[in-house]
Amino acid sequence: MAQTTYHAANTRGKADLGWLKSYHTFSFGGYYNPDRMNFGALRVLNDDTVDGGKGFGEHPHDNMEIISIPLKGGLKHLDSMDNEAVISDGDIQVMSAGTGIFHEEHNDDQHDAVQFLQIWVYPNVLNVEPRYDQLTLNKADRHNQLQQVLSPNKDDAGVWIYQNAWFHLGNFDKGLNTGYQLKAKSNGVYIFVLSGSIKIDGQILNTRDGFGIWDTDKFNIEVLEDAEFLLMEVPMSF
Amino acid sequence: MKKIEILTVGKHPEIMKTILRLINSKPEWNGTIAYSATEAIAGSQTTAFDVVLLCAGLDEVEAQQLKAHFKVPIVQHYGGGSGLLFAEIYQALGV
Repeated sequence: MAQTTYHAANTRGKADLGWLKSYHTFSFGGYYNPDRMNFGALRVLNDDTVDGGKGFGEHPHDNMEIISIPLKGGLKHLDSMDNEAVISDGDIQVMSAGTGIFHEEHNDDQHDAVQFLQIWVYPNVLNVEPRYDQLTLNKADRHNQLQQVLSPNKDDAGVWIYQNAWFHLGNFDKGLNTGYQLKAKSNGVYIFVLSGSIKIDGQILNTRDGFGIWDTDKFNIEVLEDAEFLLMEVPMSF
Repeated sequence: MKKIEILTVGKHPEIMKTILRLINSKPEWNGTIAYSATEAIAGSQTTAFDVVLLCAGLDEVEAQQLKAHFKVPIVQHYGGGSGLLFAEIYQALGV
């Protein structure tokens, strides 16, 4: 029988630094909740808003797969491998921090806020050579169907990371249903609702709610209101 | 009051400095850096560490040497002095 966990949007940790407002699904920075440490290999799910002209100064990372998904506005990226790029709504960015990388991320606009998801996944191999990649997705490909945006495979759709993880985005009309088949029985799926309302395994999920499901090989999603959501399939043991 | 002694072992000097700065930002914690298992084990002769953090660049042989030597919680640090550091230490301390 499937096991589940439900994280209502208003139970997330919150950081307000003035220029940065961040909601943490799992323990991060000054938010520490021993019951909210991770969902399998998914360690960080931050829902960030950065004021115009502001951003994260240069800081290091190592041994983590870091995925950024802009939701509104543009995010300027600079790193110690001389990558310089701007990602915006419709793009996905990935960094394998490996042995160590320094980077900075700034709002590309001086006035309007940028919103993005920052997602960290534990790698399945340590101390790899750091790498950076980004991809522009066709948003039409997620209308009423699941669009794969990340996988473990270099040749598969979306970006890739060093972990047996698959991410999908969906933008569904009210009244539709869709199913999801897990790639591995030892995996689980964490669903994060970007907007709208869906129901999974009897649990209604609204905007910014999160829901994890595991010990199952498939599940159904009922779309109660027009909804956009992110599915993150990750190993539960790693 | 005795400070909690935290030993961080890794290979990336800049990241290790960042981790040390973050640890020492907590008044109740004191951080020490070692760049190898040998250096870490030598340090344990003079300091009774409460937690050992394994950071980037250590190979499996060194990690095993540390796990065999230290009888205190040893945790893999992920992220490089990032938002996970404090939670990892709290978890290791059983907070």
